[in-house]
Amino acid sequence: MAYVYYPGCSLKGTGVSYEKSLLATFKRLNIPLQELDDWNCCGATSYMSISEEQALLLSARNLALASENDGDIIAPCSACYMILNRTANILRDDRTLRQKIVEKLKNVGLEHLNLSVRVRHPLDVLVNDVGLDTIRSAVVNKLTGLRVFPYYGCLIVRPGNGFDHPTYPTSLDRLLEALGCEVIDHPLKTRCCGGSLTGTLEEVGVRLVYILLKEAKKRGAHTLATLCALCQFNLDVYQEKAARKYNEAFDFPILFFTQLVAFALGANPRDIGLEHHFVPAEQVFEMVR
Amino acid sequence: MKQGNGTVPRIGVYVCHCGTNIAGNVDVKAVVDFASKLPGVVVAREYKYMCSDPGQSLIKNDIREKNLNRVIVASCSPHLHEHTFRHATLEGGQNPYLFHMVNIREQVSWVTEDKMSATEKAKALVEAAVYRVRYHEALETKEVPVNPDVLIIGGGIAGITAALTLANAGKKVYLVERDYSIGGHMAKFDKTFPTLDCASCILTPKMTAVKDHPNIHLFTYSEILEIDGYVGNFTARILKKPRYVIEDRCIGCYVCVEHCVYKTPKFPSEFDEGLGLRKPVFIPFPQAVPLIAAIDPETCIEFKSHRCKKTCQEACRDLVGRDAIDFTQREEVVEVQVGAIIVATGFKTFDARRIPEYGYGRYPNVYTSLEIERLVNSSGPTGGEIVMRDGRKPRRVGIIHCVGSRDRNFNPWCSRVCCMYSLKLAHLVRERTGAEVYNFYIDIRTPGKGYEEFYEKLMQEGVHFIRGKVAEVTDWTITPEETGKLVIRVEDSLVGVVRRIPVDMVILSVGLEPRDDAEEVRRQLNISCSSEGWFLERHPKLAPVSTFTDGIFIAGACQGPKDIPDTVAQAGAAAAEALALIDRGSVELEPNIAVIDEQKCSGCHVCIALCPYSAIAFNEEKNVAVINEALCKGCGVCVGTCPSKAITQQLFTDEELLAEIEGVLLV
Repeated sequence: MAYVYYPGCSLKGTGVSYEKSLLATFKRLNIPLQELDDWNCCGATSYMSISEEQALLLSARNLALASENDGDIIAPCSACYMILNRTANILRDDRTLRQKIVEKLKNVGLEHLNLSVRVRHPLDVLVNDVGLDTIRSAVVNKLTGLRVFPYYGCLIVRPGNGFDHPTYPTSLDRLLEALGCEVIDHPLKTRCCGGSLTGTLEEVGVRLVYILLKEAKKRGAHTLATLCALCQFNLDVYQEKAARKYNEAFDFPILFFTQLVAFALGANPRDIGLEHHFVPAEQVFEMVR
Repeated sequence: MKQGNGTVPRIGVYVCHCGTNIAGNVDVKAVVDFASKLPGVVVAREYKYMCSDPGQSLIKNDIREKNLNRVIVASCSPHLHEHTFRHATLEGGQNPYLFHMVNIREQVSWVTEDKMSATEKAKALVEAAVYRVRYHEALETKEVPVNPDVLIIGGGIAGITAALTLANAGKKVYLVERDYSIGGHMAKFDKTFPTLDCASCILTPKMTAVKDHPNIHLFTYSEILEIDGYVGNFTARILKKPRYVIEDRCIGCYVCVEHCVYKTPKFPSEFDEGLGLRKPVFIPFPQAVPLIAAIDPETCIEFKSHRCKKTCQEACRDLVGRDAIDFTQREEVVEVQVGAIIVATGFKTFDARRIPEYGYGRYPNVYTSLEIERLVNSSGPTGGEIVMRDGRKPRRVGIIHCVGSRDRNFNPWCSRVCCMYSLKLAHLVRERTGAEVYNFYIDIRTPGKGYEEFYEKLMQEGVHFIRGKVAEVTDWTITPEETGKLVIRVEDSLVGVVRRIPVDMVILSVGLEPRDDAEEVRRQLNISCSSEGWFLERHPKLAPVSTFTDGIFIAGACQGPKDIPDTVAQAGAAAAEALALIDRGSVELEPNIAVIDEQKCSGCHVCIALCPYSAIAFNEEKNVAVINEALCKGCGVCVGTCPSKAITQQLFTDEELLAEIEGVLLV
């Protein structure tokens, strides 16, 4: 099965190691991943609150572009994933709005808007399409002994997006287990990472980062596995501030789950973006070797 | 207009207001005016409550004074009052089947707010009836004798109560229980609210009475395979599952259990909700009725490898001299004939794993209320001592109400018993351990005799009450006080703050749900379920234990969540209804059955194979099919499929139906 890759702004920016490791993962699995040509901003949350119709149009343009291709869209950024899904849902339910958007898309030469195109998160695809058995048998570098704190963030299992339980998801846990990791069970899987508060109300944002780091430390984690560019950014970049503010030492490499998958499947550690991290991430893989 | 069945129709039409139920949406006067002008209508009247005595008298008097020979009442559903008006027609001196009912309440006034269209539809339905009744004929009902024996399905407190009531009245009862012992959920409880009397002391004597009663035939570890027949004359096929112990040889001496090759119990005991252990050969609990051992083939070595030393069998034979253990026992099917059936299959508790944020199954110190019932029970796995899975005694306990109930994600209904049993457990836990007990509730619901007083007593005892729906139970701890504890996170909606309450033990007050196989049982018995899966009563107020299938009654929590007093009351009511049916001695069968015209029947056998009730036989001599009037349910399958059009269904003849359609379309 072929997939259409929608990177969104973050995977080309702060989350560039997410992109590198995602591409490496799919390459190791021999699954074609074609980047959507001429994609634009997903519409993001801030635009939604200013002009919903404009935001939907922006988002729907991506869906229209993808309608030309076969196959599901893969949106690795949690915000893109949520917003593209939300747009498809809104336009499916609201006929009047849909007609308006379709008209406007026609003005820019996009004749076709296929709302049955599915927007998927790579975690969903790896666990439910590729399957854990396939992944387990494709592992060449087993991550035995690596204690990982799986962290889902707030967006991807929101009710309605639904490929996992909204308060106690387990897909990432099961995927990491298939790689040989020792997965830590904990109750903060979907707790807030601080989101954009690190930029607007830093004190609150840093406290939220601290809560997650402290719990991971208490439970003996070697690393945290994230699946959202913003979660990874907050936990990685604000780690030092949290440590200073709460007077507690942290040295947690914050990985994208795809970095663990790609490495386990035999990707070269130089190809999975480890150089972009604030807290040095190489140590994790040295530990496994 | 076509002519009817010969007699000149003289029709009376009566339109009911049903208070404002109908008159609120239907212009009753307009319907009456309209009806009075229809062909054959001699009189058309309206009345506030046609079902009342003055309403019925209108019909009776008009039949006598105006020589009516057809009667139409436009009111509610035939389910409710068809019988009432047929009876009034009979009292007036006409055959009851010359009456026809039009439903302008459930099918008209209750389903729209548009008065205009409601009135138009009411007119159309009345006109249809006017056209239809001219083809009605006087029909005779058939009386059949009622078998005086009763089948009761389910041996919980409802089934036990109904069985004893009927047996004491001299009726023979077959009581069928799926489990090894009767007693149901109540047998697992320690004390009962609000009086705190011991459940065993009030239940076990009744269980023994069931076993000893000469009029009760008890089938345990048995299930219903099939129910056939009709009111007064049911046949039930009962499957007796093998317990690998010969029932009438076993004396419940435990010698086999003691001599099992497993020296110590190893497998979770179902009766103890998995908190205690049992061996592959076991007696579910010491007060079980019947007190007979059973072997579980899933865990018994002999069934898995055929290489067990079978020391249990040897001990039974050599030490007790009973030789009761039989590894080759097979299932057995028993057939019984009964006149009435009482369904008392009870409930199941909500599976707390469906709410993962409450941690059941992840945190060992999170329990369901049913587990706590076993833990506080003096004959439970800890002898009534409240110790947690890690061996500690709890010093702080949180009880979360409404788990799975009153929640759109799970079950919208209130399970009715959880508030009271939570209070009871709070009292027992505090009494036995001195722990601080916190109740997390949405609303406390204690409507019952002595219930509110019990709540008041608990508040005085110092049990804490926090109003708010719990967000999660977590082992994410922040303060030293929380370390090593579970934290209950909740919005205290009276104070308006989010609170974190650290506790050692969490009790989830799980709600009540229909049993998983309720739908299967429903189909077997041909009764109805509500959309939630509770068995449906004939009328929520006035026929709470009857079903829409004559001769089948329901009692206890299979009809909806209820506590022990309500269950016992319903069981008594169901027994009384069954008695009333039996003691009448006979029942009238509805004449809406299929009839074969022997002249037209070609003897092709098509109908025989299709009849779902096996009601059609073949007469070789005459070469025609013959319908057994007692077995025919009037489903119409044979009528529709007969290639020779030799079969008609009384009350639903082609003429009647076509006339009805014509009437609807004429308006």
